[in-house]
Amino acid sequence: MSGLLTEAFLSSLLTGAIVAAIPMLLAGLGEQMSEKAGVLNIGIEGMMLMGAYLGFFVAYETSSLWMGFLGGMLGGALVAVVMAVLCVWLGLNQIVIGIGLTLGAEGLTALLHHFQFSRTYPRLPAPERLDIPGLTDLPVIGPSLFGRHLIVYLAVLAVIVLAALYRRTNLGMTLRAAGERPAALDVAGGNVLGIRVVAVLFTGAMAGLGGAYLANIGAGLFIPFMTGGAGFIGIVLAMLARGRPLWVLIGALIFGAALSLTTALQVAGSNIPTDVIQMLPFAAVMLVLVLFGRRAKLPSALAASYERGAR
Amino acid sequence: MSMVQDATPSSVDPEANAADAATRPGRSAFRRIMTVTIGPIVAAFILSAVILLLVGVNPLTYYGYILERSLFSGLGLEQTATRMAPLLFLVASLIVAFRAGIWNLGTDGQFLLGAVCSAATAPLLVGVVPGWAVLLIGFAVAAAVGAVWSIIPALLKAYQGVNEIITTLMMSFLGVLMASTLVKLVFLDPSTTVPQTRTLPVADRLPRLFDTSISSGLIWGLIAVMAVHLMMTRTAFGLRLRMVGANPTAATHAGLSVPLLTMATFTISAGFAGLSGASEILGVAGNVRADWNPAYGLMVIPLVFLARFHGVGAIVLVFFYSALMIGSESAARRLGVPQDFTLVLVASLLICLGLGEYIDHRKSRKER
Repeated sequence: MSGLLTEAFLSSLLTGAIVAAIPMLLAGLGEQMSEKAGVLNIGIEGMMLMGAYLGFFVAYETSSLWMGFLGGMLGGALVAVVMAVLCVWLGLNQIVIGIGLTLGAEGLTALLHHFQFSRTYPRLPAPERLDIPGLTDLPVIGPSLFGRHLIVYLAVLAVIVLAALYRRTNLGMTLRAAGERPAALDVAGGNVLGIRVVAVLFTGAMAGLGGAYLANIGAGLFIPFMTGGAGFIGIVLAMLARGRPLWVLIGALIFGAALSLTTALQVAGSNIPTDVIQMLPFAAVMLVLVLFGRRAKLPSALAASYERGAR
Repeated sequence: MSMVQDATPSSVDPEANAADAATRPGRSAFRRIMTVTIGPIVAAFILSAVILLLVGVNPLTYYGYILERSLFSGLGLEQTATRMAPLLFLVASLIVAFRAGIWNLGTDGQFLLGAVCSAATAPLLVGVVPGWAVLLIGFAVAAAVGAVWSIIPALLKAYQGVNEIITTLMMSFLGVLMASTLVKLVFLDPSTTVPQTRTLPVADRLPRLFDTSISSGLIWGLIAVMAVHLMMTRTAFGLRLRMVGANPTAATHAGLSVPLLTMATFTISAGFAGLSGASEILGVAGNVRADWNPAYGLMVIPLVFLARFHGVGAIVLVFFYSALMIGSESAARRLGVPQDFTLVLVASLLICLGLGEYIDHRKSRKER
């Protein structure tokens, strides 16, 4: 075991935790806004995958990671438009449509990837890093915490911005009202459907960005079905965070660490099969749900569509 | 109305729908069926055709190959009938869950673990017990394993109120990976180098029907769907489950033990998902290779919705769906379209189906 606790091992562990956590963080933050507004967004897995595909495709064609991130947000938002029209405006069942969108995005991205790249999986060059002078040179935590791509810091900044938005602004209040008592919001002159559409589109863009991060920085390439449940884990993070963005960040880091620990162990030479390693994040989610599931707080109008004047 | 307005799956009440249609003046039942069934199916095929055109494949050729292979060739038709068996067991699983208001989205994990465990047991029993007992035990093991895999979501839902959508999905991911791990580490066939379970000899599998290659799993699948349908619509137990699905609070006030009935729903539903896995192994495949995952579970959900949780309707749809799967496997090979296109088709079906319900809902409200 002594060989495990080297500086290189710890550093790669921390780096892995952050790389794994960022997509879940972005997806969780996005899902949180939808859930606040009363929309259970099961389609988030599909939005993430579409974001991963389009994000990769744009980054590959333009050789610009930032264009790729923009493409990813656009891809996620495109799927979210379908969700917003069908589930918010028309009031169709959010779970059935959500499953439909996830299946559709899985099929569509696999299809498009097949016709563009056939069986090849081109890679993007390694991302440029934002080195913070002084901090990056620290041992162990330096390169892993302070030598990341700028998008990582933006994701953490989003946590703070969203927390302030929910707590201190009218918009945050309106979002909550749309999820808890849509009829009351309607009577008070708020636009229930409007705010829900905004929330769903935001979810799509965030999930798409998470997917683009997964493809462009996490893996450097796009593989069909590559999200492998990260979006669903985002839903769990949002459920357990009880509306607070900071808890989504904490949760994402814990799951990221669980994921990275096993990968690091495998690199370090223990021969655990990959299937077992891939089970760990889901097992962690189940453990957390068994321990704290009762405390998960969901808005009372979640997954119920709103129709003015309906009984 | 099912897709419109409600969060629980059980809010579809086929009887009420039928009564609606019968008593409603003005619009004929035919036009209603067009709006909610045939219309969406046609629209979904057109929508998918547009996507095929975009990637440069002639949709008419593609759909033509599907029909030719799955319905107009003898062997294809037999394959279509054989493929129906696991799908029918899954339909039975989902009808119980959805009518009882439970979103069991974890059938893939339950299916695979059932399949792996029956593949691990059955070949060892050949020669030890009579042939019918091998199959019976194989099915029983699969049902038990499937049910066991749903215990955590069931307990969490029944006693802690934890949303089962997430827990069943998570258990499904876990189950799929667990099944693959079991094949690679525990139930490995020592006589082969590829990671797979021992193989059940063809002679010991489910008998074939008459002189065809159709597995008799088809018959058992049909029986399962009809039994579940009758249980949910014609028995007191089924009524209790539907009450829990329609309104858990009211069910509690009526003196029903909602937690126990929730547990029962999970057990039955997951048990059938396990049986589905066994039907594929004991009827067709004979063994499980590592990383095998047909992922039928989520794909069957739209069928069950389209049939409005009605057993007979679901059987008809499973036939067409099975034909679509067999046909698209062949069309994919001949036209170079990946199998994943079926997912696009299923997604369009779900979306068009939802729109059909919406239009129907709007029309029927105008008439009131």
